[in-house]
Amino acid sequence: MDVLIYLIPIALLLGALGLGAFLWSLKSGQYDDLEGAKWRILDDDDLPGK
Amino acid sequence: MTVHQRDWQAFVTPGEDGAVHMDLAVDGITCAACMGEIERGLKRLPGIRTARVNLTSQRLAVDWSQDQTGADEIVAELERLGYKAHPFDPASQKERQDKTGKQLLRCLAVAGFAGMNIMLLSVSVWSGNATDITPETRDFFHWLSALIAMPTVAYAGRPFFRSAFNALAAGRLNMDVPIVIGVTLAVALSVVQTIQHQHHAYFESAVMLLFFLLVGRYLDHNMRGRTRSFAENIAALKAEVAARIHPDGAVREVPLSKIAAGDLVLVSGGERVPVDGVVETGVSEIDQSLVTGESVLAPVAPGQRVYAGTLNGAGALQVRVQAASGATLLDEVNRLLEAASQAKSKYVRIADRAARLYAPLVHGAAALTFLGWLLAGLDWQPALIISISVLIITCPCALGLAVPAVQVVASGQLFRCGVLLNSGDAIERLSDIDTILFDKTGTLTLTEPDLCSSIDPDDETLVLAGRLALASRHPLSAALVKVTGALQPLPNVSETSGAGLETTVAGQRLRLGSPLFCEASVDEIEATLEANPGASLLAIRFGAEPARLLAFRQRLRPDARAVIDQLKARGYALEILSGDTRPAVADCAAALDIAQWQSGMKPAQKIARLEELQASGRKVLMVGDGLNDAPALAGAHVSLSPVSAVHLSQAAADAVFLGDKLQPVADALRLSKRARAAIEQNLWISVVYNIVAVPIAVAGFVTPLMAAAAMSASSLAVTANALKLRWGAGDRNSGTEAPGVSQQQAAE
Repeated sequence: MDVLIYLIPIALLLGALGLGAFLWSLKSGQYDDLEGAKWRILDDDDLPGK
Repeated sequence: MTVHQRDWQAFVTPGEDGAVHMDLAVDGITCAACMGEIERGLKRLPGIRTARVNLTSQRLAVDWSQDQTGADEIVAELERLGYKAHPFDPASQKERQDKTGKQLLRCLAVAGFAGMNIMLLSVSVWSGNATDITPETRDFFHWLSALIAMPTVAYAGRPFFRSAFNALAAGRLNMDVPIVIGVTLAVALSVVQTIQHQHHAYFESAVMLLFFLLVGRYLDHNMRGRTRSFAENIAALKAEVAARIHPDGAVREVPLSKIAAGDLVLVSGGERVPVDGVVETGVSEIDQSLVTGESVLAPVAPGQRVYAGTLNGAGALQVRVQAASGATLLDEVNRLLEAASQAKSKYVRIADRAARLYAPLVHGAAALTFLGWLLAGLDWQPALIISISVLIITCPCALGLAVPAVQVVASGQLFRCGVLLNSGDAIERLSDIDTILFDKTGTLTLTEPDLCSSIDPDDETLVLAGRLALASRHPLSAALVKVTGALQPLPNVSETSGAGLETTVAGQRLRLGSPLFCEASVDEIEATLEANPGASLLAIRFGAEPARLLAFRQRLRPDARAVIDQLKARGYALEILSGDTRPAVADCAAALDIAQWQSGMKPAQKIARLEELQASGRKVLMVGDGLNDAPALAGAHVSLSPVSAVHLSQAAADAVFLGDKLQPVADALRLSKRARAAIEQNLWISVVYNIVAVPIAVAGFVTPLMAAAAMSASSLAVTANALKLRWGAGDRNSGTEAPGVSQQQAAE
């Protein structure tokens, strides 16, 4: 069972990465407009030649 | 529309390297197409760096370099695209980013992450305890859990620590006190257990408890945030600005917060008077219905006092802003308001009432358990462990969710009916109501005047008068234009300020204005007024024909009678308290079949009547819109205000309803009853849970697994019960409109 000594910290680190990603997305304002974001994916203005 | 320029510097906030930022409330954004159109349209202007529409809050944030484009061009471009926009006053918008909400969400994320990981470790220990886990592995897992749990509790528990500390400092007990004690003790005890190589630790209970409670807090916060941002948009679109006349004669529009006593303010025809002050120059008529409740227009001349919130008629006025001398109407209202709101703050919310009973009970039970086991001959440490497990298992997790969960669902339902809540506990208070007091003008009636009699569309004189009325911004002229549907203005119109309009049609003189201006006979005026009590008169004189009198009056809300009947059938006592004249109120009361009514009420008299009713044990709902209603709104057990109300009244009311109909009032009462029932059921669920769980805990049989499972189950039960409100609510929601539509109307 000694392998747990490596595996659990690794698992925790991966989880913490996920938490970090969420906190980053929160900070960068990705949750400010939940209504608008779903429509923006349909907006193809950024395509070249349009 | 406005001829003078707006002082844009007051609305923008400077950013980096020459860029400026402005937030605008935009009316009429309904879909993704609008969003794309606005953003693309603005980006075509030179110097625009970013333009981003927030569809959730219906706001627009623009950053641009100031030397290339002016803020006025941005608003003009939006107008050209068909959107009415108004910038927010930066002073009134300190909380641009919702800091509390973000902090709660961060705490929630941390607690969720920690909770899952600790749960993973705990489940391993539980299953290992049943089989063959080695003591070393168990200690390792417990220490890891401790390492995760301690910083988590310190970070994610801050909202609770702060609130509990504040309550204790003020000598009160609230829900957060048992929560904080329970969580802290659970973690501390678990550390001790870990050091002593025990089989059980309670880290997951503490962290999961925080997680569930944070969910409740976040939902509660979001509900209030949504209402607040919507109300802010409405306020911004109502253009809470004043046109200040600078000493050099230039007129600039500035936010109200920048106006000081002694400033000279220009009030154009058809605009709301933004301040309390004295007229310096100009003659006009003022619609004071929002302030006094009186529906007849009052003439004003230099030297006379005008009040904020009143509507100017045709003439332009220059108003000198007065110092808050303590004698203005607004001051008097404010004073009454303060006294009245103090009375209301005595109301104890159900959740806190429950906590007040609950906290001593829980702590007492834990203490008794400890003493009991000591007396039964147990060592002090196992006795302490059992008593702390009593604390943990009874920690009011379900109680913490019971009320916010219902409030969130109910406020969503109310939002759909067109009712916006200012305070969460308004739902509880609405359900207690047995008496409803209505203001008349602007509440039972609409704010805009309407012609009393129907008209003949082929009537030549009326059609001409309607076209003439296009030249004026007087409220009665606007009503006449609406009735006649006139589109083409007449040429060569001359206006006599405060009296009327005149022009020549086919060689004959056409006059529209006050009865005296059109030389109507006194008998005729009296006869018309008798037939239409409380009406405002507009006269037409065409050539040699005798003057014709048109009576205008604020029309009842279209569904007023139906809603009043509905409320009566449900057994509410109804009463009208109006500041308007006696005949006008009598007429309205007769039309609605309300037996109890009083006219000519001053703000203090309204309060007095309210207190009289409340002293006799009635729970009163006040529905009103005017400045004169504001103290009564604040003093009533609960209050509602239409969205057309003055700012102060909206702030004093517990909820605001949208649109032209009265139905939201009845809907709010009906929904609040159901919500109250759900809150009570939820509290009973929590109580039953405790009745079952506490004896097991006292007997010392509780394992951490049981505590975790029981806690989650009770939280889910109360949430599911709250969601039940959503089903079967659509059946009787008749005649309500989408809030977006109503917001548009309100902004006009």
